[in-house]
Order: sequence, then structure tokens, then C-alpha cells
Amino acid sequence: MPSRTVSHGSSGRLRGLFLMMVLVFLESSVFTLAFASSDQHSPTTAHSDGRKATDHGSHNNTGKAFPVLDLNYENVRVPFEISLWVLLASLMKLGFHLVPHLSNIVPESCLLIVVGLLVGGIIRGTGETVPPVLDSKLFFYILLPPIILDAGYFLPIRPFMENLGTILIFAVVGTLWNAFFVGGLLYGVCQIGTESSSILSRIGLLQCLLFGSIISAVDPVAVLAVFEEIHINELLHILVFGESLLNDAVTVVLYHLFEEFSGIGTVTLVKGFLGVISFFVVALGGVLVGVLYGILAAFTSRFTSHTRVIEPLFVFLYSYMAYLSAEIFHLSGIMALIACGAVMRPYVEANISHKSHTTIKYFLKMWSSVSETLIFIFLGVATVAGPHDWNWTFVTVTVILCLVARVIGVVGLTFIINKFRIVKLTTKDQFIIAYGGLRGAIAFSLGFLLEKDHFPEREIFLTAIITVIFFTVFVQGMTIKPLVELLAVKKKQEAKRSINEEIHTQFLDHLLTGIEDICGHYGHHHWKDKLNRFNKKYVKKCLIAGERSKEPQLIAFYHKMEMKQAIQLVESGGGIKLPSAMPSTVSMQNIQPRPPTKPAAERAIPQLSKTKEEEIRKILRTNLQRTRQRLRSYNRHTLVADPYEDGLSDLFLKKQKMFQIEKKLKEMNTYLTVPAPPPDSPTMCRARLASGKHTDFKPDQVQKGNKMCSDPQAYSIKPALNKVPMIQVDLASPQSPDSVNLLDEFGQANQQEEEEQGLMMKPPSRPREGKKPGEEDEAKDQQKLMRCLSDPGPSADEDEDGAFLP
Amino acid sequence: MGSRASRLLREEEIEEIKKETGFSHSQITRLYSRFTSLDKGENGTLSREDFQRIPELAINPLGDRIINAFFPEGEDQVNFRGFMRTLAHFRPIEDNEKNKNPSATEPLNSRTNKLLFAFRLYDLDRDDKISRDELLQVLRMMVGVNISDEQLGSIADRTIQEADTNGDSCISFNEFIKASFVVNIHICTVVFSFLS
Repeated sequence: MPSRTVSHGSSGRLRGLFLMMVLVFLESSVFTLAFASSDQHSPTTAHSDGRKATDHGSHNNTGKAFPVLDLNYENVRVPFEISLWVLLASLMKLGFHLVPHLSNIVPESCLLIVVGLLVGGIIRGTGETVPPVLDSKLFFYILLPPIILDAGYFLPIRPFMENLGTILIFAVVGTLWNAFFVGGLLYGVCQIGTESSSILSRIGLLQCLLFGSIISAVDPVAVLAVFEEIHINELLHILVFGESLLNDAVTVVLYHLFEEFSGIGTVTLVKGFLGVISFFVVALGGVLVGVLYGILAAFTSRFTSHTRVIEPLFVFLYSYMAYLSAEIFHLSGIMALIACGAVMRPYVEANISHKSHTTIKYFLKMWSSVSETLIFIFLGVATVAGPHDWNWTFVTVTVILCLVARVIGVVGLTFIINKFRIVKLTTKDQFIIAYGGLRGAIAFSLGFLLEKDHFPEREIFLTAIITVIFFTVFVQGMTIKPLVELLAVKKKQEAKRSINEEIHTQFLDHLLTGIEDICGHYGHHHWKDKLNRFNKKYVKKCLIAGERSKEPQLIAFYHKMEMKQAIQLVESGGGIKLPSAMPSTVSMQNIQPRPPTKPAAERAIPQLSKTKEEEIRKILRTNLQRTRQRLRSYNRHTLVADPYEDGLSDLFLKKQKMFQIEKKLKEMNTYLTVPAPPPDSPTMCRARLASGKHTDFKPDQVQKGNKMCSDPQAYSIKPALNKVPMIQVDLASPQSPDSVNLLDEFGQANQQEEEEQGLMMKPPSRPREGKKPGEEDEAKDQQKLMRCLSDPGPSADEDEDGAFLP
Repeated sequence: MGSRASRLLREEEIEEIKKETGFSHSQITRLYSRFTSLDKGENGTLSREDFQRIPELAINPLGDRIINAFFPEGEDQVNFRGFMRTLAHFRPIEDNEKNKNPSATEPLNSRTNKLLFAFRLYDLDRDDKISRDELLQVLRMMVGVNISDEQLGSIADRTIQEADTNGDSCISFNEFIKASFVVNIHICTVVFSFLS
């Protein structure tokens, strides 16, 4: 949507901005009204409950006319308020992109906090008490899981595993160091620096350590929010982000440990030892719970081929249950969620349909985005809500200590880590890692959870926590982008993963495993290889349905790439203009000597006039529509798979056709006297439909040498496009089984003799020697087809453009 | 006893290997003991069968090619020097080495040499080009027997198309370097630190 507003120019943006402000004002006024009226209504709940008021006492409704329009806010109060908050958050998100230049200077998280402050201020200004919105239960059970699941499901496994040692050291040792350093020094400052009667000196060591453990954890939400906008290189991103995820275990253990200790009051060595053990239990237990649920989810997805509509639900439910189950036992819920998402992803994605995959992706992104926005707004509101107890010494010492501890921790740990890393971390990297240690809402919620009677200094803690959060988010968040530019830190490479990389990566894996085996060393590659082998042999067979369990990773990757390109092809206008960005369809440069730039490519394609292009497009659209209208009625529970209605099959054909044309043209370039017809020429349209065996079209017998077969489409376009030159392209080469087996539904007749036809669909001309491999392939491809097409979605009509969107 | 003594590594040899390959003293001695344990014939050289006796290499798709990479052109035996020379390709890249001797030949573990080693594993006929057939062979080894030839063919075509810039439908060494630039070259490194 931002792109559309940009195209309208600045006036459009200003208009949108103005509208936005109006909406926001309206909404905040509704908010305050809601709060005001809620107070008014609460004493009169009896009145509102009596919707069937006729039964109540005589003071109700005697002599009153039947209420045509009645105001009853109390019943919908809670959902209404929740929706208002979410709406506010979403509108804010929209608004930021409309204001020019704002999103470049200030990260979104800062703006959202400011908005929260404003809303809190408005609510307080109208005299109402600000609701305690950042309730810990709400935060930990509703707001946090979507963000973590989104992170875990899309976690880049390879860089994460490669750097796992580094990440673990930063997460565990770094957090421990931070906690003890900050807590211990704070205690020292409190005891020494102030008079003995002041409130600070009454804070015990354990309380300080508890505070240290709360404040020392790097927050994944804040890190995500800020790092998302600076597009830093993958290594740094995964290091800081991984650390923020994995330090949850440490935080949980330390928090419970110190909370319990400060309740009891005595610390023994045994208890300390138990604390260490509990760390391992919490971390590994969380991961175990996550893995268990992940495997369950993968196993369930194996059987969902007939009810594709609820596939995404399984993913979300199992993950949420993993989180909740871990929380039951006080294990690390975040690690459970990450483990669940990461484990289930490869298997679930092999099983579910393409649309479910898109659904999962977009739901996760949507929920995590809204959650993040809400969290920051609530932080702002909670700041206004208080209660606060500002203590200059405590707060400033905390902020300074946090910074110092982080820097020392990162530098010291990197010095040790670099001895074991192949790619060393440079000073620049260290700076970014230290600077990216942002604190966020988790710290606040943990502080909020403290009980007032155990911790009389709770307000001081909360104030300090909020100050640190504000400092890191505002100061560090705002300045990290210019610093990244200034230090010329490597940015994220935008290159997409190509088939070359995939092959090369696997090749190198095998090579290095071999070298390690020759040296007799059981290193990193050896174990990775063993895990892959185990995965291929046993796990994949259990968890992936059907033939896909045997699919090698390379082939799966290739298919994914082909699918993406097919979708891109249609999005770019059906291939009439070949975008030079797509390598495998850049064909014409093989004919032209030099340069293979865009003008050359366009020169080779005949320049159809605009009207003709439009006609071709219209024809294609009507064709696709017409096939859809032939759908039988269906119900939600049994989605009838009609292969013709999904445009994906057409895309595959189109793409394969283009590939074939380009190959043929390359071989025939010296004989080319007329340019090739555009890939969407009427020959192709007709050919695609004419060879249909099960369609209702029933074309007449295709005549040899005559491309004008009589199907309805041909008649409509023939007069308009007979001027387009066509060439007979001899498709002697066997087509790839991908495209062909998709066509098995179209035509299976042995059409060897129709080779002179030119652009006609054909089954593979390979000899049918081994029936078995052929059958396997066909079965596999059929299944591939069914996976793509078996799930038309809830409604065929709105599916029209849905299939073509990535 | 006498024959045993001759198989111990002499100091001068260690020094020479150190200079040529860059391995440390302890790494060289450790690898030498591995070499002797592989050398069942006890004649100071390894043959192809000695390598094939390593069980994990047998199931490695590239096992044969890796073994071949150790043996220089046309020979059937490799001595310890050759063994170390090949293994030296996999040492970590040391940036400071570049500054020491700008005129000297590149160290064996430089980025280019690592890539050249990998390239030679694809390019069996040593014509400095990876042709479609050579690529197909490698793909076939990595992917197994279940995939049809046509499918592999289309993958190979696509790969060549992506990498090929001069249009000869083969991948030359320069194109190979460019195509794999995103793959972090530190991958082509085995951590030998266990040896020291």
C-alpha cells in the first residue's frame, strides 16, 4: 500500500496523513468516552443486565416506550476496548509510513512508545485512571508468543547452527555476567554511596541481584524492531537476535532463583548448586518440549491432505501449546516455541499446500506485527500509569552500569570466542553487538510481576527499568542506523538464493565431511552429515507424506524456485515483456550477439501493438475465468480438486514453453527470418486447451501441419491476430517430466506422429523402458500436482488473483 | 626396529612441510600418525585402496573424487608430502599472510586456491571448464538414483544459465568464483585446531 501512496505523490501522502490524524483523534476521543462511560455504567450494572427488563422490578420500564434505540455498552465493553486498542495500533503503523522522512530518522518502536505516552496522557488528562494495560499475563500469554513464533518459524537454521556456540556463550555467560555485575555493583553503590537511613540502603543484595537479572536480558522484541530497519548483515543479525532468544532460559532461572531466595532470606551452597542444575533443566527441558510438539505437528500435517483449510491452525495450536506446556513447568517457554517452530518447519512445509504455507506466513507476520506495535504502545501507556518512584542515584547508576557491563561483557567474550571461530569477529562487529543490546518489554513485565510485599522497592525498580528501556530504545535505537552507515558495517546482501549456491553449498558440505573423515576428525561437518543421514533415513519417512519423503533437498529447492518464478512470471504480465531480472527466462540474449541488456531482449521479441497485447491478455483472462465457471458446487469440508481451475498449471506450461522456445531458438538462430511469436501467442493458448482430454471443449481432431484447430478460443482470436508471424518450432527434445506429467491429465495419447505440429503439448517422448521409474515419477508428479491444486481455498471467486500473489 | 625408525618423521622434513603448507609442528605430527595408521602396506605411501578403507568415505557421494584429488596426475601412490599439500588447502585463511610476501606464490589455503581445488573436483578432464555433462555427473552423485535424467538435465541447464556470462554454456573458473561468491568461503575450511 505504501507504494500506491508514493505514486500519488506528496499531495496524496498529505491527504492520507490528514485523514489519519482525523481518525486518530476520533479514536482517542472514543477511547476516553469509553473509559468515562465505563465508570458511569459500572455502578448501574443491574440496569444494563436487565435486557429482559420486563421481569425486573417496577422501577424499570413502567410507562416507558419500547426502546427502539438503546445504548448498552457494558456488554461489549471488553471486546470493544480490545478492538479499539488493536485498531489504534494498526492505524499508527499505517500513519508512520505516510509521514515523509519520519520513518527514516526515528525507528518505529520509538514512535509507538511516544504514541502510548500520548494516549496515556490523554486518558490521565481526562481524569480517569489509566488502565494497567501491560498486565503480565496479557503480555506473556497473548502478546509475546506470536512474535517469538514468527521468529522461530522463520529462523534461518543454517547460520544459527553455524554460530550456535558463539550465540550460546553470549546468551548464557554474557547474561550471567551482566546480571551479577549490575546487581553487585548496584548493591555496593546503594550501601556505600548513600546515607544509611535512605531507602536505597535498605535494598538487600538479593534484591539487587534480582534487579540485575531482570535488567540484563537483551529483549528479542526490541532487537527485532530495531534491527529490522537497519538491514545489517546476516551474521550480526543472527548473533544479536539469537542471543536475545536464548537468554530467556538464563533470565527465567535467575529470576525464580533470586525471587525465591529473597523470599526465604538465606542462601546455601546447595541451593546455589540446585540453581545451576535448574538452569540446564529449564533450557533443555524447554527445548525438549518444543521438539516434542514440533514432531507432533509434523506428524499431524502428514494426514491433512484432505482438509487443507485447517492446516495453518495446527501449526499455530501446537506451537502455542508448546509454549504453555513449558510455562506450566516453569521451563523456558521461548526456547520451547523456537524449538517447536524450527523443528516442525521442514516437515510441515513438505506436507502442506502452497496456500496454507502462504496463510501461515502472513498470519504469523500479521500477528507478530500487531503484537509488537501493541507492546510498544502499552509500554508508553504503562509509563504514564506509574506508579513511579524516581531516585536519581539509582536510575543513573543503573543506566551507566548496564552500558558498561554490556561493553565489557561483549569485548571480553569475543576475545575468548575468537580463538575458536573461523571467521573472527572484528571490532566493528563487537561494537554493533554491544550497541544492539536493547532492553524491552520483557524486563518491564518481569518487574511488574514482583510482589509489593516482598519487594517494597518495587517502584524504584520499575522506574529504573523503564528508564533503561527508554534509553536503549530511543538513544540506541535512533542512533544505530547512522552509526551503521558511519562505520560502513556490511549490510545484508539482497541476492536471492540461487541454484548455484545450493549446489555449491551441498557440494562443499560433502567435500569437507570427506576431508574430516580422512583426517580422522569428528568435527562439525561429520556430525552434521550424520544428522542429515539419520534425518533422511528415518525421520523424513515418518513425518512427510507420500513420495516427497524421498525427495532430495536439492530437488525440493529447485521446485520451490521454479514455483516462485512461475508466479513471478504471471505477475509480470504473463511473460510478454521478459524482465531481465529472471535468469532462466532471459532467453533472447543467446541469439543476439551482444549486449544482453534489456533493449536487446526487447528487440528480439516482436513488438505487438498495445491493442494486440490487450487482446491477448483479455483472452487469457477469459479463458481462465471460463474454466472456473465450470466448477461444480462444493462444500467447505470436501474441497473438490479441479485441476483446471487453478492457474498454476497454466503457469507451469507457459514457463516450460518459454524455456523450450528459447532452447530451440538458440539452436535455430541462423535460420531465423521472422521473430518468434510471443510466448502467449494464440498458438499456445489454443494448444494448451486443445489437447485437453477431459475438458468440455471437445476440439476437433488436430490436423497435421495445421495449427488452426477448431476450438472456441481460436475463433475469437483468429481474425485479430492472424498478422502475428508464427514459426513452426520443432520440439524434438524431450520435455522435462515436470511439465509433462502435469499434462497427463490433458493428453496421454502417444503423439509421436504429431511432432511436426509445432507448439503442441506432448507427453514425454522418452522411451518407456522402465515402467517402474516412470510410474514413480508420474505418481510423484501427480502428487506434486495435487499438492498445488488440491486446495482451491474457501471460495473460487476470490481465488482469482490469489493464486498469483506470492 | 630399523624399518620403524625410518618411518618416523625427521625434523628437516617437518620444517619443510611447515614452510610449504603452514601447518604447525604438532599438527604435522598428529597428521603423520593418522597417515601411518591409514598406510596398511607400511611403505610410506597411500594408495587408493587405503583411502577407500575409511568407512565414511564410502558413503560420501563425492568420496571417489576426493580420493582422486590427493593423487597427482597419473600416479597411484601419494606420500606424506603430497598428503599434507592437499590438506593444506583446508586450513583457515590467514589474512596477515598476504602482507608478508607480496611476490611469493599464493599460500595453498588462499581463497583462490580453495576455490580452485573445489573447481577441479567438478572439472574432471581438466579443461578449465565445467561442461554440462560434468555438472550432470556431480548432480547425479549428490542426488541419488531416484531422479530422472530430464529433471537433472533441467537443473543443470538452469545452473549453467545462471552462472554462464560469456555464453559458452560451460562454467569457467571465473564464472565459478562469481557464482559462488555469496557462499561464504570460510565454509571451505576444516577446523584443524583439534590437532594443536
